[in-house]
Amino acid sequence: MTERHVIAVLVDNEPGVLARVIGLFSGRGYNIESLTVSEVDAEAGLSRINVVTIGTPMIIEQIKNQLDRLVPVHSVHDLTEEGPHVETELALLKVAGQGDKRVEALRIADIFGAKVDDTTLESFIFRLDGQSEKIGRFIELMKPLGLVEVARTGAVAISRGKEGV
Amino acid sequence: MSQEMTGSEIVLRALVDQGVDTIFGYPGGAVLPIYDALHKQNSIRHILVRQEGGAVHAAEGYARSTGKVGVVLVTSGPGATNAVTGLTDALMDSVPVICLTGQVPTHLIGNDAFQEADTTGITRPCTKHNYLVKDIAGLAQTVHEAFYVARSGRPGPVVIDLPKDILQGPGTYTPPSVNGHRSYRPRKKGDIDQIEKAAAAMAQAERPLFYCGGGVVNAGPKASHLLTELVKLTGFPCTLTLMGLGALPASSKQFLGMVGMHGTYESNLAMHHCDLMINVGARFDDRVTGKLDEFAPHSTKIHVDIDPSSINKNVRADIPVIGDAAHVLEDLTKVWKARQYRADRKKLDAWWAQIDEWRARDCLKYKASDTLIKPQYALERLRELTRGRDDLFVTTEVGQHQMWAAQFLPFEKPNHWMTSGGLGTMGYGLPAAMGVQVAHPDALVIDVAGEASVLMNIQEMSTVAQYRLPVKIFILNNEYMGMVRQWQELLHGGRYSESYMASLPDFVKLAESFGAVGLRAEKPAEVDGVIEEMIAVDKPVIADILVDKAENCFPMIPSGAAHHKMLLGPDDQAAEPISEEGMVLV
Repeated sequence: MTERHVIAVLVDNEPGVLARVIGLFSGRGYNIESLTVSEVDAEAGLSRINVVTIGTPMIIEQIKNQLDRLVPVHSVHDLTEEGPHVETELALLKVAGQGDKRVEALRIADIFGAKVDDTTLESFIFRLDGQSEKIGRFIELMKPLGLVEVARTGAVAISRGKEGV
Repeated sequence: MSQEMTGSEIVLRALVDQGVDTIFGYPGGAVLPIYDALHKQNSIRHILVRQEGGAVHAAEGYARSTGKVGVVLVTSGPGATNAVTGLTDALMDSVPVICLTGQVPTHLIGNDAFQEADTTGITRPCTKHNYLVKDIAGLAQTVHEAFYVARSGRPGPVVIDLPKDILQGPGTYTPPSVNGHRSYRPRKKGDIDQIEKAAAAMAQAERPLFYCGGGVVNAGPKASHLLTELVKLTGFPCTLTLMGLGALPASSKQFLGMVGMHGTYESNLAMHHCDLMINVGARFDDRVTGKLDEFAPHSTKIHVDIDPSSINKNVRADIPVIGDAAHVLEDLTKVWKARQYRADRKKLDAWWAQIDEWRARDCLKYKASDTLIKPQYALERLRELTRGRDDLFVTTEVGQHQMWAAQFLPFEKPNHWMTSGGLGTMGYGLPAAMGVQVAHPDALVIDVAGEASVLMNIQEMSTVAQYRLPVKIFILNNEYMGMVRQWQELLHGGRYSESYMASLPDFVKLAESFGAVGLRAEKPAEVDGVIEEMIAVDKPVIADILVDKAENCFPMIPSGAAHHKMLLGPDDQAAEPISEEGMVLV
């Protein structure tokens, strides 16, 4: 009965805040599927942590309440629960190969709308954004075509409509 | 208004402005500047402990007996790591404590310098919040904020890590500001619609039960008073957790005794059979709930807690109310009165008749002896010989003696009972008693101890001696880690692996070596005399009460079992053997 939730956490951009959040997840045995963090408002000194987690409804509620009681946390938003939202992730893939495989890799990248960020005679670096699940499928397809390395950002998300968090 | 001073002076000034007059500490290299500043002032009294762990427990005892914030000052590295147990204890039991830790100078942080430890890293999971001060400009405000965080909402320990260069550097003091915190704003008032729902559920209940905990005590004496009034007004029965003892006077006829693993039969069966549970400031701890999926199966649950993360953590609440116990109890009482609610007398009487039947089992009875001092007997005598004293404070260590003390000693008021509930820290009682005695110099402060626990912080006898703190250490000495031995007897085939306390000290001589008074009782007939002398002597006392080594603490809910499967005594066999599932629980 586990669910996947995307949670956005607005925090003071201060030393240790990420460690607090990560320590909370590891200390209490919660799952982290992905986690990204970056300053989003330099003037107000606010960072946004986007965390994708999996758990039962009771655990998800705990995660939100536990996050919310951390002193430097301003607000916690469960985007999955709050309504429609746009979610995306960025990935860089290095694919090496020659001949047919190289052509096929390029063709599939084109179908997925991946950009070629760099190329040598024996390799590509593809850049793909979109739903995590779509990136997963692209990675699967690249595996037999010479996939060497993947770097993924983890999902970020924002709610639809004119209201902000 | 601001003036230039050193970092150390800023820290002390901030403490004074926060109402601090006492701190518990131990010096070392990194905090020498603060100790130097302490030497030059008279506003703050410093109590020199003998190990930093003792300082934190002393501050906890001080805080819990006064409702104020307890303050600790320790040095970097080992000073800070020794404080970790106490900090975790304070976190688990929601005790407001500020712990100032020294740190190596900022330019040396991360260099593995002498007595360097990553204090904020180590204490992050065992504090409510912590700070590393890297800029003297924010020092005063950090101290003020730390106090706000420690005492507001669900209280807890806060560490302020202070590099030595910050303590020596020049800076400007700023007084506390009235502005709230920019992100931390705990909720005090409960949602009135939820409170209306709670009151309506109470009016309809047939088998209601108040189940209250440390949250009521933490909300101040007013909350306990309001609870007592509401319990009276409704006519409902009330049980208290270990941490909640004193929130309702033990003499109240509506008090069923403590709930949980070693709680009374009537409390636990009332929990199991109630149709409405009104939980105020308790957190459905595993020591209380027993087997979760058989916990209070027929009940609607109202849960009042200031910490939203306590709601729906272990047990789903049907009517959650987030707020301070005093505020919510006040509103609940108002609604109950305004709506002219009253309990269905007939149904409530039937419920009380059932409870009285359970009470008649007399679950705390034990086999008396003329030759052996039963620990229960010793506590009964302590109870009788201190009856009526409203200046009695009791602390405990952790184990059988702690549970017996909770069962046999009556508490009429909150803040008079200090015990390590959540973390279960052996060695808590002696330093905590010290802290209580410092706060209440003329009170009778008794540490009900076991001989094993008390040895864990026995060095604090030296502190007790130095400050002439007349604490009474009442050791129920069974020469075993009693609770460990009990579990080994009940769960591990009587294989007493490493639970016998060999080579114990002579506690009478030990007391005397610290300038305290040592007393001993070996037979039941000697107990009264020892207790009377212990109370009469205006000095610290160790009373070594040699009790029955084989006595076990009952009633007991075997681990992994539900409330209605409790064991009442040694002759009461568990209905079914402890399950695999139960065996892995602690």
